[in-house]
Amino acid sequence: MSSDPDLFDIPGTTVFTGVQTRKGYHLNQFCMSLRSAANRARFVADERAYVDEWSMTEAQKQAVLNRDWNAALAEGGNIYFLAKIFATDGTSFPEAASIMTGVSVTEYTAMMRAGGRSPEGQRSIREGR
Amino acid sequence: MARITAGLAASHVPAIGAAMDHDQVGTEYWKPLFDGFGWTRQWITDERPDVVILVYNDHATEFSLDLIPTFAIGCAETFTPADEGFGPRPVPVVEGHAELAWHLAESLILDEFDMTILNKLDVDHGLTVPLSLMFGQPAQWPVKVIPVLVNAVQYPPPTGNRCWLLGEAIARAVRTFDQDLNVQIWGTGGMSHQLQGPRAGLINTPFDTAFLDRLTTDPAALRKIPHLEYLREAGTEGIEMVMWLIMRGALGENVKELHRHYHVPASNTAVGHIVLQNLA
Repeated sequence: MSSDPDLFDIPGTTVFTGVQTRKGYHLNQFCMSLRSAANRARFVADERAYVDEWSMTEAQKQAVLNRDWNAALAEGGNIYFLAKIFATDGTSFPEAASIMTGVSVTEYTAMMRAGGRSPEGQRSIREGR
Repeated sequence: MARITAGLAASHVPAIGAAMDHDQVGTEYWKPLFDGFGWTRQWITDERPDVVILVYNDHATEFSLDLIPTFAIGCAETFTPADEGFGPRPVPVVEGHAELAWHLAESLILDEFDMTILNKLDVDHGLTVPLSLMFGQPAQWPVKVIPVLVNAVQYPPPTGNRCWLLGEAIARAVRTFDQDLNVQIWGTGGMSHQLQGPRAGLINTPFDTAFLDRLTTDPAALRKIPHLEYLREAGTEGIEMVMWLIMRGALGENVKELHRHYHVPASNTAVGHIVLQNLA
């Protein structure tokens, strides 16, 4: 693990370092394939068969099939790649964010319209600020 | 002689493009955001730039994890709007300025900035949303565009100081191009936002406001902001703000702030916009 330990000190955050890229390479390349309409159609027609074409771990495949975005991030997924699945599903970024933050989309959207999530207490786990 | 007359910055949230493409501009949600760009649309109509050097980051569109250039420059004749997973945006094909782009690429590399040269590039919302914000929905874009791409997906992006220095080198290269061109440079992305994980939705208006202020009052301080500070204060995706420093570095010491707009939220993001006249 060569990454700066401070990168692990931010609450609720996975920084997309080389460690994550090594772990998530095939997951993210699968996501990238959904930029093609033909591939999106094949994925939608039989999701399990489509993900089985990729050298992903079972945990990565389950994260995709369950649309468990936090699990996908933990397994090396990057948000801009995962966004190709959102787009395929017709899921908006706020909808996906509401799932990742564990609130309803109504609550999440209301938080954003009220100015977003405050950085207070969200900067550092170690320093509690 | 080509000259950089102005620098401009704007966020490039995909939902802004979707709002324009789906006729949502006048809605209660979106109107306050778009109202802040009215001044700029009139100004840019009067300014009539020939070329925009448009600094943005690709969002896993042209570049997968197979190839991740830190700095790249689009030297093609045209750039096609990309399918990012929901079909291409219904916006015009982007016309490049290959002659100036190649001059920049050659000059920058000899000036020790090791650019990746792109002779084929599909452009995503990072490039097309700022064009839509400034020019609306024309049948053809009224400027030629030179895309300058910065990695902001794989950690780490280039440092803010490195971005600033690239901006200075871009300005040197533009000055030695032997055509009478009115060139603008745009920095895009930001401001504070985090799209991922349980901390998604982070917005830091004091940080963003200070950043906007310092573009004119203390730009040297912006060069020293470490990546960890962007991540903690402005969110994992807020680190895109390093791209604004390429724009600022390409302007002279003396700039005048002509216009500013700040609005929360567009989807998950704090939208910032500034127009700087290059006085030096």
